[in-house]
Amino acid sequence: MSAGSPAHSRADGTAFDPGLPYRCSPSVALRPEPFGALVYHFGTRRLSFLKTPQLVDVVSGLEHHSDAHAAVEAAGVPQPQRPAYLRALAGLAANGTIEERL
Amino acid sequence: MAPTSETQPAPEEPVVEETLVEEVSIDGMCGVY
Amino acid sequence: MKLVDHFQYGLNSPICLTWELTYACNLACVHCLSSSGRRDPRELTTAEAKGVVDELMAMQVFYVNIGGGEPTVRPDFWELLDYSIDHNVGVKFSTNGIKLDRRRAAQLARTDYVDVQISLDGATAEVNDHVRGPGSYDTAMRALENLAAAGFGQPKISVVMTRQNVDQLDDFKAIADKFGAQLRITRLRPSGRGAEVWEELHPTAAQQHQLYDWLVARGEDVLTGDSFFHLSAYGEALPGLNLCGAGRVVCLIDPVGDVYACPFAIHEQFLAGNVRSPGGFQEVWQHSELFLELRQPQTGGACRSCLHYDSCQGGCMAAKFFTGLPLDGPDPECVRGFGEQALADRDGAVPLPRSNVDHSRSTPRNTRAPVPLTLGIGRPDRACETSPIAGFGASANDSGLFSPAR
Repeated sequence: MSAGSPAHSRADGTAFDPGLPYRCSPSVALRPEPFGALVYHFGTRRLSFLKTPQLVDVVSGLEHHSDAHAAVEAAGVPQPQRPAYLRALAGLAANGTIEERL
Repeated sequence: MAPTSETQPAPEEPVVEETLVEEVSIDGMCGVY
Repeated sequence: MKLVDHFQYGLNSPICLTWELTYACNLACVHCLSSSGRRDPRELTTAEAKGVVDELMAMQVFYVNIGGGEPTVRPDFWELLDYSIDHNVGVKFSTNGIKLDRRRAAQLARTDYVDVQISLDGATAEVNDHVRGPGSYDTAMRALENLAAAGFGQPKISVVMTRQNVDQLDDFKAIADKFGAQLRITRLRPSGRGAEVWEELHPTAAQQHQLYDWLVARGEDVLTGDSFFHLSAYGEALPGLNLCGAGRVVCLIDPVGDVYACPFAIHEQFLAGNVRSPGGFQEVWQHSELFLELRQPQTGGACRSCLHYDSCQGGCMAAKFFTGLPLDGPDPECVRGFGEQALADRDGAVPLPRSNVDHSRSTPRNTRAPVPLTLGIGRPDRACETSPIAGFGASANDSGLFSPAR
């Protein structure tokens, strides 16, 4: 398992690092739907839509895994799609849906 | 139109990424308050 | 499928909903969408209200927009606020500010997951009080001052856009900036008492364009309650989900537990059920005939051939209904002018729909003399009528209209 290099750098300098452990932000409510999940961030009023059940599994599973890579793998994401899922996670980190688990 | 994400390799990775998460700001959907 | 497609078919639970806690109100705004004023004796009890919160928690509704009338005149308001937050249902509440003294402002500043919205319909007392009653501007300002002093983070100021205040948009923004608040502007609908004043108060076509241009320039800085999506036909779509969520994504629970498609549609035709019935709110949301009908694919009717239909979605159901227009036709404020044409084509002999739900403190609507609305002309002081919160003020002589300075 490689320690990934940061996929995105945000303006404030904090980058998503898939080699670190993450979890859903406590400011966020995640509600499974037949089509994936709705995620509401109480602070930003943003509604996010996780469009695949696998992404829902990845996000829900983050807190149980040692890093984001492991969560993606555990959710059964096929290898070719993993970069896309990591980029999706980077976006979710940037909008506050997920955060580093300290 | 059916954007695929699960089965195809992803040369247009940004497109695939877009189909994984969609974001929108809502303000009550015409809720008054 | 895009998110908006899923929304059009409805969700298993609302994302949020409007909950009017009481029809009682210390004010008598001319355009009140809920025709509030007098308390309804059949209001949900504290226990029943908590039961509704329990259901919302189980359904994972993200938050409730609490209003009324004036929700804070319910003695159990603060108890229900805490109960809701403690049960994972966020609360945004709308108020005219009457009860937001320093103590309550400090209490709110200590509370998480609560959003406060102060109603204001004029950037000056003259414009505001003309619609909301004497002293209401001062009450709102005092509440904003108290919230700012208490360190409450970013309250909202919510403005209903009218012919009389469109030119004050920059001034509203300045007020919001001054108090560290976020500005929210929403659309006037011909609902409740709004039906009587809509023709005089709704923005002109030119003003709608002015409003749209201003919103585009502001981007996401200013909230809109997602209520101006009919303006998207001018060009670039406005931020937010441009569609009507009534009965699909949101709905209204009224003070007696009636469930309507939306707060602007308090009328028998849009009544889905009541939370006191077997199965409670969930049963109504998931299985009421009205909501299932609203979740059918909408054909667009007469608007379907318009190239702007995708962005405006035919506009607002309530606006069409209460102006006597067909629901499968253009919005009365259609930016292409089709609404104006439709209004002109109406059969003058057919009376407009009127809700029988009216808790106004004034004499019944159809016996009231027309109220002159031209600025500068004195008008009857409707706020002087018997206050429904007699006893809530400090003494029998205290109408409660002004918060005493502490």
